Amino acid sequence: MTADPRYHRGPMAQAQSPESSLIHARGLTKRFGDFTAVDAIDFDVAPGEAFGFLGPNGAGKTSTMRMIGCVSPKTEGTLTVLGMEPATYGPLIRARIGVVPQEDTLDQEMTVRDNLVIYGRYFNLPRAEARRRADQLLDFVQLTERAESSVEPLSGGMKRRLTIARSLINEPSLLLLDEPTTGLDPQARHLLWDRLYRLKQRGTTLVLTTHYMDEAEQLCDRLVVMDKARIVAGGSPRELIDQYSSREVLELRFASDIVESLDGQLEQLLDGRAERVERLPDRVLVYAADGEAAAVAVHAAGLRPESSLVRRSTLEDVFLRLTGRSLIE
Amino acid sequence: MTAPAVHVFEHRLVSYRRTFRGSLFSSFLQPALFLTAMGVGLGALVNRPGNAALGGVSYLVFLAPGLLAGTAMQTAAFESTFPVMAAIRWVRSYVAMLATPIGVNDIVIGQLAWIAVRLTMVATIFVAIMTLFGATHSPAILLAIPVAVLTGMAFSAPIAAFSATQENAEGFNMLFRFVINPLFLFSGTFFPVGQLPALLQPIAYVTPLYHGVALARQLSLGTGTVSEAILHGGVLVAFVVVGVVACLITFRQRLVK
Ligand SMILES: Nc1ncnc2c1ncn2[C@@H]1O[C@H](COP(=O)(O)OP(=O)(O)OP(=O)(O)O)[C@@H](O)[C@H]1O
Ligand SMILES: [Mg+2]
Repeated sequence: MTADPRYHRGPMAQAQSPESSLIHARGLTKRFGDFTAVDAIDFDVAPGEAFGFLGPNGAGKTSTMRMIGCVSPKTEGTLTVLGMEPATYGPLIRARIGVVPQEDTLDQEMTVRDNLVIYGRYFNLPRAEARRRADQLLDFVQLTERAESSVEPLSGGMKRRLTIARSLINEPSLLLLDEPTTGLDPQARHLLWDRLYRLKQRGTTLVLTTHYMDEAEQLCDRLVVMDKARIVAGGSPRELIDQYSSREVLELRFASDIVESLDGQLEQLLDGRAERVERLPDRVLVYAADGEAAAVAVHAAGLRPESSLVRRSTLEDVFLRLTGRSLIE
Repeated sequence: MTAPAVHVFEHRLVSYRRTFRGSLFSSFLQPALFLTAMGVGLGALVNRPGNAALGGVSYLVFLAPGLLAGTAMQTAAFESTFPVMAAIRWVRSYVAMLATPIGVNDIVIGQLAWIAVRLTMVATIFVAIMTLFGATHSPAILLAIPVAVLTGMAFSAPIAAFSATQENAEGFNMLFRFVINPLFLFSGTFFPVGQLPALLQPIAYVTPLYHGVALARQLSLGTGTVSEAILHGGVLVAFVVVGVVACLITFRQRLVK
């Protein structure tokens, strides 16, 4: 049984992939019929880094993650994961990665512990070893007290933690997380972030998708912004903000009848103090190096916004700049 | 079996532990009730005018092997529909497996192997009860256990392949209503196929249940020729082979996108 070759490292497993990346993609494309879900994207993920795909619904994040996870064959382009081709070495690659899918695939009627142990068996772990790791991981995600409970009554955050624990049972060097915290309350998200941060410190490479900019900023060393099947920008959160946004943002809310009459007026009166003005349905964003100075200028011109707020630029602003749309519609 | 297929099998086994008591109990109850009501009760009437059409045996003895094969078919049909749909769509256990070294072919093999084991349990219990009822004439009845399993698999493999193409359980209701139940009634289980209208007889001959019933009955009564047995067995094996190939195709189409 243990002689099955797919549980051992492949011929190319130790060989360094192109540019020594853990994941290497060029022109990677996924089509469903005529529909292009991922359109010729290029990216590299280096060992030990936390890499993010940030994008709105339908951008192609999950389709990309499923190709990396070797469960969905690519349509075109080049992809290597851990230096191997998914089409040839899929089972070998999957043996060494951990996957947290967007939608949980936990067995609701089995106990929390059985879910982990049976999953460990899929990786051909001896039963005793699977049990040992299951207990360790339950401790890591703080679910030890629920070990004998069935999955069904667990809260969303607990299920997500269990899925993360499950993805770690084979001690993967690469962890794929598809929207790990969507739908969780802030406390549950922070607990998850903390666990992911610890994994990263231990040297696990993290690849995650999210449409939360704060999550991307917290967790990712580098990220790419995806929109409509394409990568529209990439870099560290800081680099992206520096490149595509101003240092600060002045957010103004006006009574709705005034907004129309403001056309062009703001740009004029802010002349030189603002890099850009963006109108959203509910507010106006003034991109400026000095937000306070811009606010003073607005008030000096006699405009009376209902509220005004100066904040630093975020990835949300980067996304707005790149696509003309908000990240969460 | 490949190592990954063993783990698929193991998952089905762990899931089965939950419902194991009730399931085993009904495996005993069902044949006992049927053999009492039909074999003993109804049989008392059937036996009265003489039983030449049944090959000179009591109705109970005639009925029991047919019911064994029919029960194997029903178990197989159930195990290859709802649990397969659950593993694809509802619980998504197959989806979870595919993120690990397990592949689609392993899933097909492990799943079908599990069904074969379920069928072995059901058939063994059935034969034990038959023997208690004195409903068999030959020690060859022990061979009727693998025959029942083979009959079940001749349904299980094609039906599992069908299940993998379904979006919901509606198709299953049709399958039971228009295929499984009529076959159960008209494949020689309760009366010889020769009693059917001549037009319908050829239909019975091309279904696996007819051959399963005939083979089980040969073994239970200790009658029939070897070449007949080989023909029946061959038809059943052909259904299994075609079904497994179909599974490998439809499971892949459904699970790899
Ligand atoms: N199996 C499939 N068949 C057909 N179309 C698909 C399939 N899977 C995904 N798509 C389409 O591909 C596009 C990208 O989907 P994908 O799930 O990759 O987006 P996403 O970025 O993960 O979105 P979300 O944030 O909503 O999870 C969508 O328009 C989706 O409808
Ligand atoms: Mg997605």
